[in-house]
Amino acid sequence: MRNKLYQLIALALSFISTALFAASDTHPDAYQLNLTKGVTDISQEVYDLHMTIFIICVVIGAGVFAVMLWSTIFHRKSRGVKPATFHESVKVEIAWTVAPFVILIFMAIPAAQTLIAMEDTTEADITVLVTGSQWKWHYKYMDDEVEFFSLMATQQEEIKNKFEKNPNYLLEVDRPLVIPTDKKVRFLITSDDVIHSWWVPAFAVKKDANPGFINEAWTKVNEPGIYRGQCAELCGKDHGFMPVVVIAKEPAEYEAWIAEQKEIQRLAKEEEQKLLAMNMDMAELMSVGERVYATACAACHMPNGEGLPGVFPALKGSDIALNDMQKHIDVVVNGIPGTAMQSYAKQLSLKEMAAVITYERNAWGNDTGETVQAKDVNALMNGN
Amino acid sequence: MTTATDELHHDDHHHDHKPSGIMRWLLTTNHKDISSLYLWFAFIMFLVGGAMAMVIRAELFQPGLQIVEPDFFNQMTTVHGLIMVFGAVMPAFTGLANWMVPLMIGAPDMALPRMNNWSFWILPFAFAILLSSLFMEGGGPNFGWTFYAPLSTTYSNDSTALFVFSVHIMGASSIMGAINVIVTILNMRAPGMTLMKMPLFVWTWLITAFLLIAVMPVLAGAVTMVLTDKYFGTSFFDAAGGGDPVMFQHIFWFFGHPEVYIMILPAFGIISQIVPTFSRKKLFGYASMVYATASIALLSFVVWAHHMFTTGMPLFGELFFMIATMLISVPTGVKVFNWVATMWRGAISFEMPMMFSLAFIVLFTIGGLSGLMLAITPVDFQYHDTYFVVAHFHYVLVTGAVFSIMAAAYYWLPKWTGKMYDTTLAQWHFWCSLISVNLLFFPMHFVGLAGMPRRIPDYALQFADFNKWISIGGFAFGLSQLIFLALLIKACRKQGEPVSDQVWEGAEGLEWEVPSPAPYHTFETPPVVK
Ligand code: HEC
Ligand SMILES: [Cu+2]
Ligand SMILES: [Cu+2]
Repeated sequence: MRNKLYQLIALALSFISTALFAASDTHPDAYQLNLTKGVTDISQEVYDLHMTIFIICVVIGAGVFAVMLWSTIFHRKSRGVKPATFHESVKVEIAWTVAPFVILIFMAIPAAQTLIAMEDTTEADITVLVTGSQWKWHYKYMDDEVEFFSLMATQQEEIKNKFEKNPNYLLEVDRPLVIPTDKKVRFLITSDDVIHSWWVPAFAVKKDANPGFINEAWTKVNEPGIYRGQCAELCGKDHGFMPVVVIAKEPAEYEAWIAEQKEIQRLAKEEEQKLLAMNMDMAELMSVGERVYATACAACHMPNGEGLPGVFPALKGSDIALNDMQKHIDVVVNGIPGTAMQSYAKQLSLKEMAAVITYERNAWGNDTGETVQAKDVNALMNGN
Repeated sequence: MTTATDELHHDDHHHDHKPSGIMRWLLTTNHKDISSLYLWFAFIMFLVGGAMAMVIRAELFQPGLQIVEPDFFNQMTTVHGLIMVFGAVMPAFTGLANWMVPLMIGAPDMALPRMNNWSFWILPFAFAILLSSLFMEGGGPNFGWTFYAPLSTTYSNDSTALFVFSVHIMGASSIMGAINVIVTILNMRAPGMTLMKMPLFVWTWLITAFLLIAVMPVLAGAVTMVLTDKYFGTSFFDAAGGGDPVMFQHIFWFFGHPEVYIMILPAFGIISQIVPTFSRKKLFGYASMVYATASIALLSFVVWAHHMFTTGMPLFGELFFMIATMLISVPTGVKVFNWVATMWRGAISFEMPMMFSLAFIVLFTIGGLSGLMLAITPVDFQYHDTYFVVAHFHYVLVTGAVFSIMAAAYYWLPKWTGKMYDTTLAQWHFWCSLISVNLLFFPMHFVGLAGMPRRIPDYALQFADFNKWISIGGFAFGLSQLIFLALLIKACRKQGEPVSDQVWEGAEGLEWEVPSPAPYHTFETPPVVK
């Protein structure tokens, strides 16, 4: 039994020492053992704090375990020892109450300094409003008229083990957030439904997105690159499928990017206006609708339109999808307040809404044969 | 006080005239019977909650979704947590208190035997309700055992009503149990047993019982507000109606943090009984142990928001809760140091209770130290809601609380049955558990630091290797508990060598002065403690 004990302790020590000396780098690899150092001054400070407290803990732990080990070896009954009779010592007891105090003060001071710096969101160069909703992020650049949703880009087939998983499995999005390096970027973080938490480990930024309240955080990235994170607060069924991807670009490249985005968004609005005068045919609506449905609706109403009984209603055979078209448009445009059914007016274009509604009215045996056009959606939106 | 003893005395006249079969267990007011019910119930719940953990670990064995859908996965994490906390750990400690507190203080029974019966018998209903909700349309609770609003209100399914009701019952049971413990300890100690002569298990349970009475009503309040927000149009946690979802977390953790001490203080008591016995030396620093327990309990009321650093608290709040939390490590450290000092220059032997206690001290200390790391607010921003936290609380709850319960079972089982259990099986149980539990929880530190969030049914490829090992550890730990089951069944059938009254060579205390097995009624005339 003694040998087993030694082996075990050796094992534990080797675990701890690997953890201690494992090089941590910003490119996560399969056996990353330690916290990332990240790419901001703050994340570096956080990493240093982490290592300091970790080493203190290892030293304290090692000291305690060493004394225990000594006792279990040399003060064992089988060696024929006589037990001592002491059972208190005011001096010793005071010493091991006071010593930890001193260590704690030693820890608390640098921690407080870093914390104060982290909470100072003043004098930001740019501000981005980050809004979580089930299960995607929305980014809005407050200084430029640019905003977009960012959804996980991993295919369902990869998740269902039908396709091979790519290296960024679950950590890739259709439209990453882009920010400039060397600039103080302030994030205003909120939510449209439940609580989410916006987290990028490389920036040491993790802040909850609370519905109805706005939190603040900031970062100043030192190196251009792609940084990946995830939602960190349980937010329902697809909490595990809500990644955050941020691309940090040199300021000049960032300026060019944002100008380009503004142009794209302006053109898209013009396009919308033109669409109002046109009618799309069933085939086109169905194909666009199927794609939109898969990205925007299938998470809840399921790819087969059957929903999840008791949680998300089926659209297959539902009264709204078969009969009341105005109500159907209304639900998609405005959502159903107080439920998980959110408003899609901001998220989808008129064309996409028209297409997805058409799709829902004609897929899975919902054969109404009706089409919904962009102008129908627009009429409802303006009628409000 | 006089009426209580009179009545107990009255009962004593019809010794052992108890109904047989199921009625004996349904109607019993005997602390030993009720305790056995509690302990078996806790063990069954431990296996049920463990089976759910197996589902979780099977899904996480590989990246991708293989076995369950995400919504069911969330139900598993939620119900696993609820069952382990309220169904396994807490009833097990209450069971131990029921058996041992009267024996340790020289009382004939618990002070309120009928309430004792009730506090147990409502529990199976609470858990039947909770478990049956898994089978209703839309499934069971899926918002985590912390049931944060508005995920648990506006966005939850209809099993929420059942969840709320079952938590109410669990709370009522805990409060009744706690009242019973307090009344028993304060009124029924044998002559001469002053408070500062009480065994530490009794002390820690006394303090735990006060914690329970203080915070279980807060939990009841929280679930009630969830219920009215969901069904009756209130807006406690809904900003649109003037409420605040973060207020839910403040209320929940005002309960939740003392709750974690409810689950660890009795463990401290158990370890403080066992280490001196097998070191053949008195507990080092008895008085400082008592004061440390009391200060942990008091501090536990002012640290709750360390679970909420990322919710966007004001800077001052973050600093306050960081420092208050760090302070808790001082009295906790005192405890660990005292145990080690008790072993120092003792004459140690390594029977099963001692092995579990040694494992407890080492592994609980690891969990305590990672807790200290989590207290550092700026670094907690990185750790929060990752597997690092999962590793931390499983070190304190599994290798902490659960190991202490096993230590207690191995320590007192011979007193309960009068026979020594199968020590070979016990050795197997210990070593399999010890190795597998570390394979299960240690690598969680690594994946957590590397950035794996908790409560996700699927994960990025970089976490795949460690998760495989974690799952293997999990299955092995789960299977190891079947060895314990076999051992317990053998023990309950009274197989094994008869033991002496003292059972363990170095054991001291009133419980070792009654015969083994402890008779149905003990201390009908109170012993005198010098
Ligand atoms: C986050 C989950 C979620 C997503 C994503 C979602 N829905 Fe819903 N949807 C719901 C819920 C929940 C309801 C039921 C609300 C209620 O309680 O009335 C609903 C209701 C509906 C209804 C009314 C069904 C009926 O018969 O009452 C329609 C139509 C609908 N959704 C269409 C869509 C479309 C189109 C999309 C994608 C653009 C979509 N939903 C995306 C959750 C979702
Ligand atoms: Cu989430
Ligand atoms: Cu806590």
